[in-house]
This record gives sequence, structure tokens and C-alpha cells, in this order.
Amino acid sequence: MELKDVLKELTEAIGISGYEFPAANKTALFLKPYCHEVSLDNMGSVITLKRGEQNGDKRLKILIAAHLDEIGLMITKIEDGGFIRVTRVGGIDVSTLPGQEVKIFAGQGENVIRGVIGAKPPHLQNPGESSKPMGFDDLYIDTGFSKSELEKSVEVGTLVRIESEFTELENGYISAQAMDDRAGVASMIETLRRLTLRKHTWDVYAIATAQEEVSGLGAKSTAFRIEPDIAIAIDVTFGNGPGIPERRSYQLGKGPTIGLGPNFHPKITQKLCDVAKEFEIPYQVEADPHPGGTDAYSLQVSKAGIPAGLLSIPLRNMHSTVEVLKLEDVKRLAELLSVFISQLDSKFQEDLKCF
Amino acid sequence: MLLEKLCNASGVSGFENEIRQVIKEEVTQYVDEIWTDTMGNLFAMKKGIGPKVMVAAHIDEVGLFVDFIESSGFVRFQKIGGIDDRVLPARKVLIGEKKKPGVIGIKPIHLKGGNNQVVGSDDLYIDVGASSKDEAGKSAKIGDPVVFSTKLVQSGDILRGKAFDDRAGCGVLIEILKKSYPFTLCGVFTVQEELGLRGAGIAAYALEPDFGFALEGTTAGDTPTKKDISPSTNMGEGPAITIMDRSVISDKNLVNLLVNTATKEGIPYQFKRTITGGTDSGAIHRTRSGVPSVTVAVPVRYIHSPVGIININDFNNTVELMYKSLKALESGNIDH
Repeated sequence: MELKDVLKELTEAIGISGYEFPAANKTALFLKPYCHEVSLDNMGSVITLKRGEQNGDKRLKILIAAHLDEIGLMITKIEDGGFIRVTRVGGIDVSTLPGQEVKIFAGQGENVIRGVIGAKPPHLQNPGESSKPMGFDDLYIDTGFSKSELEKSVEVGTLVRIESEFTELENGYISAQAMDDRAGVASMIETLRRLTLRKHTWDVYAIATAQEEVSGLGAKSTAFRIEPDIAIAIDVTFGNGPGIPERRSYQLGKGPTIGLGPNFHPKITQKLCDVAKEFEIPYQVEADPHPGGTDAYSLQVSKAGIPAGLLSIPLRNMHSTVEVLKLEDVKRLAELLSVFISQLDSKFQEDLKCF
Repeated sequence: MLLEKLCNASGVSGFENEIRQVIKEEVTQYVDEIWTDTMGNLFAMKKGIGPKVMVAAHIDEVGLFVDFIESSGFVRFQKIGGIDDRVLPARKVLIGEKKKPGVIGIKPIHLKGGNNQVVGSDDLYIDVGASSKDEAGKSAKIGDPVVFSTKLVQSGDILRGKAFDDRAGCGVLIEILKKSYPFTLCGVFTVQEELGLRGAGIAAYALEPDFGFALEGTTAGDTPTKKDISPSTNMGEGPAITIMDRSVISDKNLVNLLVNTATKEGIPYQFKRTITGGTDSGAIHRTRSGVPSVTVAVPVRYIHSPVGIININDFNNTVELMYKSLKALESGNIDH
């Protein structure tokens, strides 16, 4: 299957934080052909192992992690007239919600009800109303159905996803929802596929983590279980755009970014850059002194500390349902990471403590 | 389904080609003459004797218009028609005749620093998947119309889609053109209503009708509010008859004709309880030496946004009310 189709299927699977099961199943299915062991853990993360080509049980371990979960909405109340109030799971920007089409996953998720997030027409607004930002108190979902009809299958806690089709734009760009971080998951799958064509001595644990958007739980719990020697998180980073500071955003199509700063082990950052240069893989350096909102932070402080690195795919319109990326960047990240893994040896691990 | 074809077609004011073609194909077989004027109004006439009745529904919809392409490949736009800026961020759109996909970009919440001010349309842009002006040129050029990429979905009696204002009215007009009348009935599918009732005015001038009806998709206001106010109309409670709005005071005799017909035939109806907005009646009634006119509408929740909701029973009842009222008109049941 083409990487583009893998990404399409991954973004179409629902996996709101804490309820990642559909996305987890899909991810496990895609990873299975390229690894030796696949399982789901008790927090909802997908854990896979691809053993290194070295005899004995004392192989070194690298953990690579991309998060499985996506942000979404959850029902808090069904009001008279059938209007449904919601709250957010993860960092949804309320300003992107008015006038959106939504799917309500009623019952066990098998019964999908279509609705819209109501947007009062200009004709009925008071003067100045359209310049006031809306909050969750102003927003509701309208399905056109009555309260009693809805209550047959919808209840408080039912999950809601904004509808957005996977769309191919011109010039190799793609727009879809949940590419934060299914694009990372797709890149991780592609990394493993490429590793089947290369030799590597380290064991590779590829993990699709749960609940990154709310607590980083999946990365913490899996790192604790696996105790890797090093870890690399795969996530998305800010793509450029009007009104977005140039120094905090990255060009699409210019390659993945390599994280640089206190959150990342300098030798991992350096080696990632060296590999990219040696193999002429375009890359951008993302310098950030703060512990970013990625799994790399959770990994770095797990147990007695795990040297961590971060690779990111530039993504425009992050945390919206119209996220945009360039597929080439997803492929380049996989190429960079698979070469990096294939070059890992025991000396690299020994040098991590030499400052 | 007729409404699906109508709503999914593009037709931003001034760029009504696609929707006009769809409607032309639907109605040609039912009428004696069909023609367009210089602005693009589509006339569909059924000839008869006695009064000449003009029934108008506008084919244009609100949308966007490409006015600039940045060197970085981002596409800037202006609004056509009354759109609330707050429904624009993170929206999927289709650009130009070839309907190239694009999305309206946002600044990620992480970089907003808690600033939740409404971003005006002048500061918004369409991301077409480009990193240069040349790349963007594959998707958009200056002057392209832009529509929301919403597709119609039916769940039971509820339809969800874009442009019910006024494709609902167009659908009602198409349905009544399928039936026969002894008088001359001219259906006019008007252009540029959203820019100030522009098509209807010149169409009425050319036609010189004795009566005018405008068919609309109007605001349904039966949604949560902070104050206890009477909703503009209620979805599911029948066609809405306009007594007065910003553009017209409806002809009293025509209002009575509709109300009496509804009562006699047992068709549910309601009056529109706000006086905001304008419709093609506003232009028709002022034409030449004056044309008695009235507006009848299908209640639509969330007009002028990317997606609205209607109840199919309201649509069917509007068709029924219009058909039965025209039959009553033909039997001379009106003071003139």
C-alpha cells in the first residue's frame, strides 16, 4: 500500500485521547508485516518490536514513538429542542468550530449521527455580535432531531468528531484532520518498512502512544515498561503561514525538523544531522529551549533518564481539521530515521555518557 | 435527489454558470420557452391566458472571491454576500470553475498566546498547497469564485447542506413549474440577489408581471438564545410567509391568498417574525409602476454559513402551498 493511502486510512480512523482503540487497531495492522511482535498495552498504546540482527539477548534498544491520539469533542448535555452542548478533549481552538459539520459516534460508535455546530446568521445577530469570539457556552450541535430521539443513543460522554475529508491538494500537499500525529504514525510505519531493507543491530520498539494530547501518558508508561537505551519521538511542528512568526515555523517541503535544545541529547541531535547530511536528506533544525509538547519530554525523564531526540513534520493549521503537510516530508523523515537506526552501534550508546 | 443536485452545485453571486446549467436541464422539458438575459437570469415560461405571474428564486449563493496571491503561495480573498467571519477559519473550500480544493488557514492555538480575538476575513487566507505564487497558480487565479465544499446529506426528514438560501426556493420553483396553469407563469431563476436583489429587478422590468412571488430559504431562529425572543421562523412548522422585511411590505391580498389557501387545504404555515433581510420581492414590487408581491420561504437554520439544516416536510409543504395558491389565483380568488 502506498504511504499516501496508509496516511489516508490512519486519519480516517477515530482516536480521540483516551479512546484510541479504532486508530490503534488500524496502526497495529499496518505495523504487523514489518515487525516481530505487536500488542496493545493497558493504556491503549500500540507496542511493536522489530529485533536487531545480532545474536544473544543483550541487544541495545531504541524506542521510536508517534502519538496515536487526536483532539476532539465530548458531549456534556442534551438540551430541550435537541441542542447538544460539548466540551473539548485536548487543545481544540474554539474559533475553528462555528459552522462545522460533525459526526456524533453514538452507541458503541457504530451509530453515526450527522450534525452541525450552529452559527447564527448575520440577519439575526445584534450589532457588533460578529466581532465577539465565541466560547463553549455559545456553541451547540444541531442534528435537527428532538431531544427524545437523540436520547435513544446519545448520552453525556459520547464522542464527537468534526467531519473533514482527506484531500489531495496540488504540488504533493495533503489536507486532512488528525495528521497531528497520524502523519508521525505513518512516518513510523514507513521507517519500519524501510528498515526491513536495511540491517540494524539494535532492537527497535515502535510505539504508537495514547493520550499525548492530554498528559503524555502513553509515552511515559511504555518507556517505563521497555527501558530503552535511547528514544526518538516523531511529531509535527508548525508550518509557515501568514501571521506566524518565521523563527517559530518551518517550510513545508524542506524536510523534517531535527529538535535541538535541552530536551534532546546533543549527541542524538548531532547524529541525526550528520546522517541527513551524509545521505543528502533535506532537513531543518528546530531550536527550542523549552520542553515542547511532545512525547520527547515524557521520554527524557522516564526512569533513570532516556537520551531523547525529536523529528517533526512541518504542518500548517495545526489542531484544526484542515491540517496541511507535504507527503515528501513524511517520507524523508522515515528515510532519515531508518538510516539513523541502521547506523546505531554499541559505541554510540557508550558515548552518550561522555560529555 | 433534486435538492442534492441544486445545493452541491456552485454559484457564487456573479458566477452562477454551473447552477444555471443544472436548473436549465431540470426545467426545459416542462416549459414552453426558456431564455437568459444579459445578466444571467434564467427565464422559464409556461404560456397561458389571463394574468402574468412571475415566480422568482435566486440561484446565487454567498461565497468568496480571490483578490490576491502572495509570493509565498497563500491566496487572499474577499467575501461575496453576508458571511460571518467567525465561520471561516479551518474551512474546506473549492476554488474556480475547476473546483480546486483549498483550506482556510489558522494560526495554531499554541502560538496564539491566549489571544482569542476574532480574525477578520482580510487577515485570513486560503492554503491551496503551495509554497510560491507559481505553485498556487495551479489552484487559483485572481477573480476566481470560491464556495464552501459542503455536500448534502439526508438523515430521515433532515437535510444538511450548503446554499439552501436559496436552492430550497429554486427547488420549490422547479417543482411548481412541473404542473400546468391556465395563466402565464414565468419562473425566473435570478442572479446576484445576495449583492442587492440585482437580477430580480431587471427581470421584472423585462417581464412586466401582474403578480410577483419570491421563493426563499429564510432564517430559522428556533435555536438556543440568551434572551427569550420569538424565533424568526421555526424549522418543521411549515412555509414562512413574509408580511414585511427590510426590502418589502408584502401585498396584503397575496398574503391573504396564501393564508386562506393554507387554511383551506390544511397546509401548515407560519409568518416570519423578524423584519431583517431582503428578498427578490423587494426588487419586483418596485418595478415599473409597481407589482403586488409576496415572499414565501422554507425555514433554514444557519443560512449564510458553510452548512445549514432544513426539514424536508417544510420544503414539500412550501411546494404544496405555492401550487394550491396559484390554482386559487387562477380561479380569480383575489381582489385586484
